[in-house]
Amino acid sequence: MQPIIELKDVWKIYEIGSVKINALQGINIKVNKGEFVSVQGPSGSGKSTALNMLGSLDIPTKGTVYLDGHDISKLTESNLATIRGKKIGFVFQQFNLINTLTAKENVMLPMIFQGVEKEERVKKAEELLKIVDLQDRMDNRPTEMSGGQQQRVAIARALANDPEVILADEPTGNLDSKTGVSVMDFLHKLNKEGKTIIMVTHDEYTAKNADRIEYLVDGEITKTVKK
Amino acid sequence: MIDEFIKLSIGTLRKRKLRSWLTMLGIFIGIAAIVSLISLGQGLKISVEEEFAKLGTDKLLIQAKGGFGPPGSDLSTNYLADDDLRVIESVLGVDEAAGLLSGSVKVEANDKVRYTYLAGMPTDKSLSLIKEFMYFKVEEGRELKDGDKHKVVLGNRIAKGDLFKPNLKIRDRIELNGESFKVVGIYEAIGSSQDDSSIFISEDAYRELLDEDDKWDIIIAKASQDPDVVADRIEKKLRKHRNVEEGKEDFEVSTTAEFLDAVTNVLGILNVFLVGIAGISLIVGGIGIMNTMYTSVLERTQEVGVMKAIGAKNRDVWAIFLIESGILGFLGGLIGVIIGVVVAKLAEFIIAQTGNSIIKAAMPWWLIVGALLFSFLVGAVSGVAPAYRASKLKPTEALRYE
Repeated sequence: MQPIIELKDVWKIYEIGSVKINALQGINIKVNKGEFVSVQGPSGSGKSTALNMLGSLDIPTKGTVYLDGHDISKLTESNLATIRGKKIGFVFQQFNLINTLTAKENVMLPMIFQGVEKEERVKKAEELLKIVDLQDRMDNRPTEMSGGQQQRVAIARALANDPEVILADEPTGNLDSKTGVSVMDFLHKLNKEGKTIIMVTHDEYTAKNADRIEYLVDGEITKTVKK
Repeated sequence: MIDEFIKLSIGTLRKRKLRSWLTMLGIFIGIAAIVSLISLGQGLKISVEEEFAKLGTDKLLIQAKGGFGPPGSDLSTNYLADDDLRVIESVLGVDEAAGLLSGSVKVEANDKVRYTYLAGMPTDKSLSLIKEFMYFKVEEGRELKDGDKHKVVLGNRIAKGDLFKPNLKIRDRIELNGESFKVVGIYEAIGSSQDDSSIFISEDAYRELLDEDDKWDIIIAKASQDPDVVADRIEKKLRKHRNVEEGKEDFEVSTTAEFLDAVTNVLGILNVFLVGIAGISLIVGGIGIMNTMYTSVLERTQEVGVMKAIGAKNRDVWAIFLIESGILGFLGGLIGVIIGVVVAKLAEFIIAQTGNSIIKAAMPWWLIVGALLFSFLVGAVSGVAPAYRASKLKPTEALRYE
C-alpha cells in the first residue's frame, strides 16, 4: 500500500549565524492511510521540525517528502499551501482559533481558502460543529468558550476540507486531564472512521493512544513501537 | 471570498477600536480639509460664474493704470478724463458708455465717525448701465435723480449694519466730509461687502465734495458687437487720443470674459495650493496607516501562521491585510467627507454673517466619490508594504511566534 505521507532521509539544518543546527538528521517515517501514529520525544528532539515536514509546512534541507505519492519537497510556498489546505487538518496545542471570528466562521475559514461556495461552507461548518457537539455554540467567539470547547472547534476546523490526515500537535497539552481524554476519544473516533491521525507529543501517556509510536531523540528516530 | 476577507478585516479593526480610530483620524482630517476646501472653492467658482452671467458678456470695463496706486486711488497719477468717455462713446460697436467715480469719505451719523467708500453716480440715463453692471436694487426710498445735490443712497450695510447703530432711515441726515446730506434711498444687500458698505451720491455732488474736475475712475461700455473686437477698437482709439504707444498704455480695457478667466485662474491656483496643503496631511495619515498595519502584522504573526497552516496562500494573506488598510482609509475618508461637508456649510454660514453671500459650499458628486476613492487608495497603498511582509512570513516561524 502506498503511504499517505513518507519522509525519506529527511534532513533539516538551521543556520543561526555561523552555527549549524541539525534539527533532523536523516529521519525516515512512513504513515499509511488510516493509521494513528504518534511521534514522541523530549523537547529539543526535533519534534516540531518533524511536524513541519509531516504537515508540509516546510520543506527539508535534504531528503524527500511524499504526500499521497507526490514529492512535495521542492514545491513553492503557495502550492504547498494549497496542498496542505486540502489534505491536512491541523490541531494545535494552543487551539489557535481566530479570536475575532465565531466558531462557525473559524470552521469555514479553511474552506474559504479553498474557494468553497458560501452555502456549502455554512452547511458543512454546521455539520462539523454538530459532530463535535457544539451545535449550541456556533455563534460564540473563542473567548467565550472553555479550552475543551475551543479544541473541539479546532478539530471541526481541521476536518473542514475533508483532509486525509489530521496532524495534532500536543492536542491535550493545554487541557485538564478529563477534557484531554475526551479530545483523545474524538481523535480515536475519527481514526476509526478512516482518518489518518499523526500526533506529536512529549507525553508518554498521550502517545500510548496511537497504533505506533516513533521515538525521536536529537533529530533521529531511535525506536519504533507498534501496539 | 472578498466579502469574507472584508468581514475578517472589520472584525479585526473592531477588536482594536481605539487604534483604528486614531489611525483613521489622520485620514479624516486630511479628507475633511480637502473636501471642505474644494467644496468652498468650487462654490466660489460657481457663484462667480453666475455673477458674470448676470452681468452679461457685452460689458467692457475701462480703467486707468500705472501711476502709484490702484485705479481710482489718490496715488494714481493716471486717470480717465471726460473726453476719454466721449472717445469711447464714439467707437463703432459701443452702444453706450458711462463713468463712475469712486473714493473714500468721512461719514458722521448718529454721533459716530466712520470712513467708508463713496461712489459718484451719473444721474442721467447712463445710471441704468451702471446699475446693470452693479445690479443695485432700491429696497427703500428712491434712486438718485438729476439735481440731487445733497441727497444720498446708502448701501445696505451702511444703513442696517453695525457701523451706525441704530439703523439709518429715509430722511435721516448724515455728514460727508462735514457737509450735510439727506438719505433718500437704501439699496438691497448684494452680497459684496465693499458695495454694501458704500455711500452713493450724484456725480455732481461727488465732484464738488472731493474737488474732482473731469476725472472718471471707471468707465463702463456696453458693446453691441463682439466685445473682444470692440475692446480692440476702444484700445486703438484711446491710444491715439491719449497719445501713447502700443504696449505702453496707461489704461486698460477689459471684457467681462477676461475678468472671468482671470478670476477663475486665481481661484484655480488657490485651489491647487490649498488642496496641496491638505494633501500633505493625507500623506501623514497614510504613514499612520502604514505604521498601524506594521504593528498589526507583528501582533498577528501567529494568526498568519495559523491561516497559512490551514491553507491560506501568500496572496490570501496579502489580500486580507490590504483590505484591512483599505478599509481604514475608506472609513477615514467617509467620516472625513461628512466632516468636510459640515465644515464647508459652517464656513458658508460664517462668511454669510460678514455680509458676503458669494461663497456657497458646492457638493458635486465627483468630489464625494473622488474623496472616498482617494482615501481608499491612500489606505491600500499604505498597506502594500506591511501586507507584503505578512504574506512572506514563513508558516513555521509564524506559528512559533509569541
